[in-house]
Amino acid sequence: MSLTQNQTINRRSFLKISTVIGGGLSLGLYETFFDPTAVAQRAPAKDLSPNAFIKIAPNGIVTIMAKNAEIGQGMKTTLPMIIAEELDVDWANVRIEQADLDEPNYGAQSSGGSMSTPTNYEPLRHVGAAARAMLVGAAAIRWSCPESEITTGKGKVMHGSDHVLTYGELAAEAAKLAPPPFASLKLKDPKNFTIVGKSQVSADIKAITTGKPLFGIDVKVPGMLHAVIERCPVFGGTVKSFNEAEIAKLPGVRQTLVIAGTLPASATVIGADPGIEPGVAIFADTWWQAQSARAKLKVDWDYGSGATQDSEEFAKRAAGLLTAAPGNTIRTDGDFDAAIKSAAKVVEATYSYPFIAHAPLEPMGTTAHFKDGKLELWTTSQTPGGGRNNCAKALGIDPANITVHMCRIGGAFGRRLNNDYMVEAAWLAKNIDKPVKLLWSREDDVTHDAYRPGGFHGLKAGVDASGKVVALRQHLVTYGDGLKFASSANIDANEFPAGRVPNYQLHTTAMPIKLRTGPLRAPGANALCWVGNAFLDEVATAAGRNTLNLYLELLDQPQIAFTGGRPNTLNPERLKGVLKLVAEKSNWKNLKSTPGHGYGIGCYYCHLGYFAEVAEVKVDAEGKVKVVKVWAAGDVGRQIINPAAAENMVMGSIIDGMSEMGQEITLEKGRVQQTNYNDHPFIRMNQTPTIEVFWNITDFATTGLGEPALPPIIPAVTNAIFAATQKRVRTLPLARSGFSFA
Amino acid sequence: MAIKLTVNNKVHTVDVAPDTPLLWVLRDALDYTGPKYGCGIGSCGACTVLMAGKAVRSCQIDVSDATDEAITTIEGLSPDGKHPVQVAWEKVDVPQCGYCQSGQILTAVALLSRTPKPTDDQIDSAMKGNLCRCGTYPRIRQAIHQAAAFAAPKKA
Repeated sequence: MSLTQNQTINRRSFLKISTVIGGGLSLGLYETFFDPTAVAQRAPAKDLSPNAFIKIAPNGIVTIMAKNAEIGQGMKTTLPMIIAEELDVDWANVRIEQADLDEPNYGAQSSGGSMSTPTNYEPLRHVGAAARAMLVGAAAIRWSCPESEITTGKGKVMHGSDHVLTYGELAAEAAKLAPPPFASLKLKDPKNFTIVGKSQVSADIKAITTGKPLFGIDVKVPGMLHAVIERCPVFGGTVKSFNEAEIAKLPGVRQTLVIAGTLPASATVIGADPGIEPGVAIFADTWWQAQSARAKLKVDWDYGSGATQDSEEFAKRAAGLLTAAPGNTIRTDGDFDAAIKSAAKVVEATYSYPFIAHAPLEPMGTTAHFKDGKLELWTTSQTPGGGRNNCAKALGIDPANITVHMCRIGGAFGRRLNNDYMVEAAWLAKNIDKPVKLLWSREDDVTHDAYRPGGFHGLKAGVDASGKVVALRQHLVTYGDGLKFASSANIDANEFPAGRVPNYQLHTTAMPIKLRTGPLRAPGANALCWVGNAFLDEVATAAGRNTLNLYLELLDQPQIAFTGGRPNTLNPERLKGVLKLVAEKSNWKNLKSTPGHGYGIGCYYCHLGYFAEVAEVKVDAEGKVKVVKVWAAGDVGRQIINPAAAENMVMGSIIDGMSEMGQEITLEKGRVQQTNYNDHPFIRMNQTPTIEVFWNITDFATTGLGEPALPPIIPAVTNAIFAATQKRVRTLPLARSGFSFA
Repeated sequence: MAIKLTVNNKVHTVDVAPDTPLLWVLRDALDYTGPKYGCGIGSCGACTVLMAGKAVRSCQIDVSDATDEAITTIEGLSPDGKHPVQVAWEKVDVPQCGYCQSGQILTAVALLSRTPKPTDDQIDSAMKGNLCRCGTYPRIRQAIHQAAAFAAPKKA
């Protein structure tokens, strides 16, 4: 999706104020700025807005509501910074509060796809500017002077040197004014920013460093029971019976319930959020009692049709399918067959990568209380609005009867775009007369995720005598049914370098699977960038060329438009910009790989952001890989809102991408074989490289950083491993190619 | 069974099964939310507390084995959140999601108490048992060096 100013800001939107108790000023968005079609489907806004964005107390303390869920991406701090900047207050006087779910007032409250920044940056600047304009208006009345003579700064309104009032002193009067017309709002010149563009510490830092209750797992509701659910080891398997009498007698156990589940019985493709999985729920006084009782459970399962699924069988089948005619053609440009025949050199390779799990450190869970037809939820969702609708559907109640409190979230990575655990908790609460806190164990999480799907790619490319790529064919064997792909198992017709190779084919063949898949941080990109970049590195090597030059040459090719799908929004100049910057900062042209010591480069555009990364690795005789250093260059437009947090996010993305290179989820007899962090590992402190982050500031809309820095690290590292060892990593995890992280 | 525990210099008596992991007694019986559940197998370090000054995994300790020890959770590290390691964490703005950080801080405190000026290798070896799923390791390293610098005696 490309965002233009007109799409970002709905000009019909306006602002509304209301006086709050204490005589302060409360300002909220009357109507969301976002997608007009989505706006039309939402309930009309309330006349008074108790959950407004800004509250200014008489003492000048400004409370700004954080509208989106904090999943570690920094939005609880970043979004209020944007408002505070245009409001022109002293950041030290700003207090931040987490909003509840209230999309009519706040607009979309989802956190995903790195979209919080691009969809909120301009609208929230206007929210701040509107409040400032009203304070200026109130001062102009008080002082009988033109608004144009009034200035603001650090929470004060000034007229010449005589008149100074604090925002707190004016808030009550400002609240009585009509909101300014949207078009009249004047935004600051960014060069005068005092908050945005300066590093601001996380809003919750003190609560985090002192262990205050913040997260979903920390919620306590009086009288609540703790619940665990035993789900079938085979996805979708159902309960025939269990040793109910024995479990009921165990210490602390209050009740058990069989969950029939709401999974679709005959779907050929499992969606990311398909419904409630069947299982046995145990309610107890404490979580440990519930979990201990669970260890004594004996469930007779109907494992269902998933029980024959096996990763090795899928891999064998995929190998066969890659040599057969593809199931579908996604894109064709020029004449691949003719071009490959006349090519000076032909390169052919197959790549594959496994299913992997999200495993955010805070396990899935939700606290729920159902009383008198109303449901109250304390949850950790990236899509709380969607989750509420799912709960309403599962319980057969109106979404208006569901209150959702958004807790700080101990990591998400796309896992919490799916609201299965939220719906489970809602269902449990409806079926018991007490509040209930559902908490998954880590084993539940790893064995019942919505996995990043694996994939198998066959690639063939031809270069001409000058080393230019003249033909490329890619065949992805993935999961799904025909052109209905399992969630996150698809490939876009514009997948780089599509559109920049004159003779090009992209095909898919889908294998049905009965397992839940879903988006993992930089979905699609986290696998496809590796395959595309790593194969281009092979092509460059075969042609005797520098990989950087091959990327740049491809980006200089006139783009062949694809009319059958979404437009290609990649701006080649921006990707070239970060490639050139990372090359300069890493001194790429002088880097010489030697046996055991190599450098590699990768680049990608996704989620509206552009990144290029260079990795330096050392590889010993046993194939132990130490990533020594990474240089990263990013372009996310004209403003880095919170620089230190932005850099932290890029470093984390790089470390996360490295983690993915060592992980796999495998199925045997339909059962996920991995269970915890010991067999689905993540990078640790001692494996972390030195990382340097550089920004290419460009005059484009400000966009997000949750995802785009992740994909390029994977090919950068595998290309560096090749440079050090002359061995290609064509299968992930690294262990399946004879390597592992030191 | 009534079990006596000393947490953050306060003596508590809890009525739980003796093999209940210390973590769940701290969280569910005593309302200390600092120690977090992450893995339950001692692999992630989110549940780290100090026992007699040593960083331990509270998910791996039966509560009955903790009765004679002084237990410190992040809540008890300092009265005002101003322990040098807490201050360094704030200055460097270490966290992303923040879920692992109480365990990271307590492991860093234990490291600095025995090695006041740790090298990068010493930091690696002390901290590698604490998983940060967000990958804030560069910031954790920076904050540990910073805390070490705070604590170092000033040259005359």
